[in-house]
Amino acid sequence: MKFQRKSRLRALAFGAAAISGALVLTACGSDNNAGTSSSGGSSNTAAAGNITCAGKQANLLASGSTAQANAMQVWVKNYMQACPNTQINYKPTGSGAGQTEFLQGSTAFAGSDSALKPDQIAQSKQVCPGGGQAIDLPMVGGAIAVGYNLPGVSNLVLDAPTLAKIFNAQITTWNDPAIKKLNPGVTLPSTSIQAFHRSDSSGTTDNFTAYLGGAAPSAWSYPHDKAFKGKGGQSAAGSSGVAAQVKQTPGAIGYFELSYATADNLPTVKINTGASQAVEASSATASKAIATAKRVGTGNDLALKFDYATNVEGAYPITLVTYEIVCDKGNKPATLGATKSFLTYIASDAGQQNLSSMGYAPLPAEIATEVRQQINSLS
Amino acid sequence: MTLSTTNTTIPPPKAQKVVTQPGDRIFLGLSRGSGILLLVIMAAIAIFLTVRAVHAISHDHGNFLSTFEWNADQTPPVFGIAVLAYGTIISSVIAMVIAVPIGVGIALFISHYAPRRLASPLAYLVDLLAAVPSIVYGLWGAIYLVPNLQGLNLWLNEYLGWTGIFHKTDPSSSARSLFTVGILLAIMVLPIITNVSREVFRQVPKAHEEAALALGATRWEVIRMAVLPFARSGIISASMLGLGRALGETMAVAIVLSASPQLTIHLLDPAGGTFAQNIAAKFGEATDFGRDALIASGLVLFVITLLVNGAARLIIARRKEYSGANA
Repeated sequence: MKFQRKSRLRALAFGAAAISGALVLTACGSDNNAGTSSSGGSSNTAAAGNITCAGKQANLLASGSTAQANAMQVWVKNYMQACPNTQINYKPTGSGAGQTEFLQGSTAFAGSDSALKPDQIAQSKQVCPGGGQAIDLPMVGGAIAVGYNLPGVSNLVLDAPTLAKIFNAQITTWNDPAIKKLNPGVTLPSTSIQAFHRSDSSGTTDNFTAYLGGAAPSAWSYPHDKAFKGKGGQSAAGSSGVAAQVKQTPGAIGYFELSYATADNLPTVKINTGASQAVEASSATASKAIATAKRVGTGNDLALKFDYATNVEGAYPITLVTYEIVCDKGNKPATLGATKSFLTYIASDAGQQNLSSMGYAPLPAEIATEVRQQINSLS
Repeated sequence: MTLSTTNTTIPPPKAQKVVTQPGDRIFLGLSRGSGILLLVIMAAIAIFLTVRAVHAISHDHGNFLSTFEWNADQTPPVFGIAVLAYGTIISSVIAMVIAVPIGVGIALFISHYAPRRLASPLAYLVDLLAAVPSIVYGLWGAIYLVPNLQGLNLWLNEYLGWTGIFHKTDPSSSARSLFTVGILLAIMVLPIITNVSREVFRQVPKAHEEAALALGATRWEVIRMAVLPFARSGIISASMLGLGRALGETMAVAIVLSASPQLTIHLLDPAGGTFAQNIAAKFGEATDFGRDALIASGLVLFVITLLVNGAARLIIARRKEYSGANA
């Protein structure tokens, strides 16, 4: 017994040593990265663009949208390499939590899938002293792809009313006349449609159902919401869950961010918007759709409203934009410089260029210009 | 210093009384303090949860008990626990129906049938089953179990569909149903039931078994007459422990179940939900009020678990008297 116990202790000690060793190794690894990149100064600025650092030491706390978390991760890494005396910590806690934390004054800015509501803007006057209020700055766009799994079919075209009826269990087989009409010459199987939606509440569902309601109001009468309101269908947790189910279920269709379709190699539906050609989901077509959005924010607020029924050539209508929320006036003096400097970088051409490769959509030029002007005048 | 002086002067009169040294007093204070602290923490949690839950329920525009949908974040909020309570109980019952006989069987095999060389590795394997994190069970369930249960589902639908329970409305829909969740939960609670039952079977007095053998009983008769009656309350406790885990299981259910606000008798349909699954799904994007509503549903789960445990204790207390063993 005694011997056994001793050997177990020894094993534990060995395990602890191994783990701490691994930690030390990883710490070394990240140190090395920082070392090499700062020694090769010129290549560093080329990768990160022209970042103008804030000068003084600052610690930026931010939280919010998970949809823009991947972009934030890259931006924060690039920025902190260029400006080592600024610490940025973006926690992807979800848009709701991000807004709450910002309105409590515990973060410098928030990332959010949805613009602030009027009562939240009124509430924000407390954290933006001196006559300021919180504003929405569009920053990261993205396409919501509709992926499907139909063996033998690779070029599926659908339109808003058909999509709405599919996700509301009114069209239940793939060879339904409505689908046939949109896909002349394609042999569609008679299998039943397995429509997948999100089981957790999410901004993706909110934007997707906003599209269905906006572009096909007669077929989709539910209000847009983070929870899926349609009838029937099956659900899965997270965009990754929906994409995985679509991939493994023949006859399935589901919606998720474009990057999941690319990662899982799933074909996506082309949308017949009334333009001469059906539009495929991509960074470029999503940017084009964002350009058609109308500005609905008042004053310094740049909140956008999409025209989901748009028939502009090459504009993919199922598109969302996520915002950064800051005070227009009355940002905390300690973090103002760093906030401005960081936002300037992510709204710059160099910052926005990073987005396409990650499956996001960069801001169209006109909106980007407005955003940059707003960031310049933050105080 | 002062202690030593008092000790030298006072001993004669105090010799009759109980000797209390400072160490005793400190230890008494510490343990009493810990006890009180526990009560204070429990009370604080209970009050906090109840206040938030009452706030949410009083602003509910649906009936909290009979509404199917869970839309706590919309205005006006409409949410209810009907589907969640049904799904939680049904999936746990399925898990129990499957896991209790198998678990008791494994425990009996390990304690009474298996040769010693096989028994201990087998017991060890069952222990390992308990060490797997539930998210791993969930991933295994979603990736392996769901596609492979499709055949069983279709078979049940074809031959037992007439019962209604095993009717599958759309036979080509995937097997992400309460039935599958029940099977997965059964696997997850199996080690708890097996381990506790095994320990109880081990404690059956050898004299009882030998007496039965002496009367000419076969091995099965020994188990039926001597082992099972003695272990009955233990098996019930084991099942209740397992049931507690099945009721509260979160991640595995959230990954496997195709949640929807539908209450259906067709267990093979991908529909339904459970308390813990709903909380996991809705918490991330919930507003403050939405969180209060989720807390209210959590309290209901807490009450259900409490009732189940209370019932189990009652049964055990009553069984004790005529369990046939040394009461």
